[in-house]
Amino acid sequence: MGSFLHRHRSLTPYLLLAPGMLWLAIFFLVPMVFLGYQSLQSGLFPHFQFTWEFSNFSSALSGYHTQLVRSFVYAGIATLACLVLAYPLAYWIAFRAGPWRNLFLLFIVAPFFVTYLVRTLAWLNILADQGPVVRVLRDVHVLGPDGRLLATTFAVVAGITYNFFPFMALPLYVSLEQIDPRLLEASKDLYASSTQSFLRVTVPHSMPGIVAGTLLTFIPAAGDFINAALLGTPNQAMIGNVIQAKFLESLDYPTAASLSFILMGTIMVMLLI
Amino acid sequence: MAVESRERPDRGQTPGQTPNETVDVRLDHVTKSFDDVVAVDDVSLEIPHGSFFALLGPSGCGKTTTLRMIGGFEEPTDGAIYLGEEPVTGRPPYKRDVNTVFQSYALFPHLSILENIAFGLRRRGVRGKEVRGRVLDILRLVGLEGLERRKPRQLSGGQQQRVALARALVNKPRVLLLDEPLGALDLKLRKQMQLELKAIQHDVGITFIHVTHDQEEAMTMADRIAVMNQGHVEQLGPPDELYERPASAFVAGFLGVSNLLSGVVEDPDGVRLADGTLVQAQVDGKRGPVAAGVRPEKITLGESGGQNRLPGTIAETAYIGVATQFVVDTPAGTVHVFAQNIDSGKRIPVPGSNVTLSWSPESTFVVERGEEMSE
Repeated sequence: MGSFLHRHRSLTPYLLLAPGMLWLAIFFLVPMVFLGYQSLQSGLFPHFQFTWEFSNFSSALSGYHTQLVRSFVYAGIATLACLVLAYPLAYWIAFRAGPWRNLFLLFIVAPFFVTYLVRTLAWLNILADQGPVVRVLRDVHVLGPDGRLLATTFAVVAGITYNFFPFMALPLYVSLEQIDPRLLEASKDLYASSTQSFLRVTVPHSMPGIVAGTLLTFIPAAGDFINAALLGTPNQAMIGNVIQAKFLESLDYPTAASLSFILMGTIMVMLLI
Repeated sequence: MAVESRERPDRGQTPGQTPNETVDVRLDHVTKSFDDVVAVDDVSLEIPHGSFFALLGPSGCGKTTTLRMIGGFEEPTDGAIYLGEEPVTGRPPYKRDVNTVFQSYALFPHLSILENIAFGLRRRGVRGKEVRGRVLDILRLVGLEGLERRKPRQLSGGQQQRVALARALVNKPRVLLLDEPLGALDLKLRKQMQLELKAIQHDVGITFIHVTHDQEEAMTMADRIAVMNQGHVEQLGPPDELYERPASAFVAGFLGVSNLLSGVVEDPDGVRLADGTLVQAQVDGKRGPVAAGVRPEKITLGESGGQNRLPGTIAETAYIGVATQFVVDTPAGTVHVFAQNIDSGKRIPVPGSNVTLSWSPESTFVVERGEEMSE
């Protein structure tokens, strides 16, 4: 083997690439082709037939555009909330936490030690009608005597924000941490106040983190269904809930598959813009 | 020692300074401590307008901290800083009329050379065509015309250094601070930039304060040098004065090579060395145990060099082209001698030969015995 590689040195990069490519082919490409095949089928479970049924897409779109738009609105609000909450935190850890940096980073990642589903179930208790948050908000009259948080849009967006927060905070931290503090000194030396230095030096340098964090938060958030299922009602249903229901409850595989493609396509178009 | 060195700045400043000269920067008993480490200890300085001023010293002597306090990046623990007549202590850097050339240049990697240099102008509200005009003018001054559209990473180290200089100079500050600006350049480029910086300073007439640990660099460029050691200013004066009349053993050792011979002041103009030889020297009222110093190039092999004489045996010789270096063992200690090779074909004394060393009283300075010399 060693002497074979020695004689065919140019093959080495391909050999190194092979396992990854194989993995992608089996677990990404094949399912995608299968899903595409399914999205153009017609008929009833379990007797689907491949008929180039493009009307699946138009009927899925006309039937569920509400949930699709809602998904992007929720994901957008949650991403923005993540950015606004995570930026100061990441900034503080990067520039002010000193030797405690790694500890605070661990705190950000800590929720991952508990599964997604269980964390969201915990929010069910936190936001429950008899829970502490609602009680306090009712006492200070932010909520009316019958006001509730659970089963509202607020609960779903808050759940998404909470669950995807680390995906925003970590890339932001990495990009902020790499900023050379001497650049900020140079900026202040050149008559820029602290606010101007932040806007003209810190923000441009953290742009890669903002972009990465936004993508990592927005994309999975748009396809999420657990938060809407556990913390919301059918009025808060997102496109993920529809797809999940089509696949597992009404067993309408073609519609589910075409909805998946619509979601993917919309996200890709949004990314390109 | 400490008390002595605190008084020196004032003494060093008198020669060559006319009373009407305006002062651009004044440090008034400035102290800076970090936790319990005193980085700068009660330093007072006056830097006249238009001068090229060097803060020279080994790493950790407080020179960079002093510069950062003038720039506003550190606040003094005690004392006050003035720019001209204005007290600026406690004012943030962006409200001080000084600009800095940073050691690492700290150019903004996301901005073009044009925008890097225009950064300060724009913050001060300069707009439109004037910005571009002033940037192009300053680029011409530092020899980088035509590069305004590049990004910093597309330039060489030497070019980046010039951009850093241009970015500071374009604002026409009252004082320009340079924090070891040539440290990252190779030797040849450094030598070239030293002369160029001096020429630029001469052209623009702005006060430059230059921090360096390189005595040759300081001597080449500055017209006034403050030698710092352990947070104090050891001596302040023009380069030739520091070299010819070092005020302490530290300064004598830090600037060039010195022979320091332990002795005791015996009469108003003489020092009795350890071996009993009496040498004539510029005692300047010092008393008790001292060291008599003489530079290696001021000593002559033979008796023609002056009244001060010392017998010795040559221990080592090294021929280095323009000069020959000798290490000579004498009863008063080891002495280094540089003899210029002016006459070719002249026989060079070999190790083991007995020689007489001679030098003049005018070349003999006297310093307090420092910690550096334990003998």
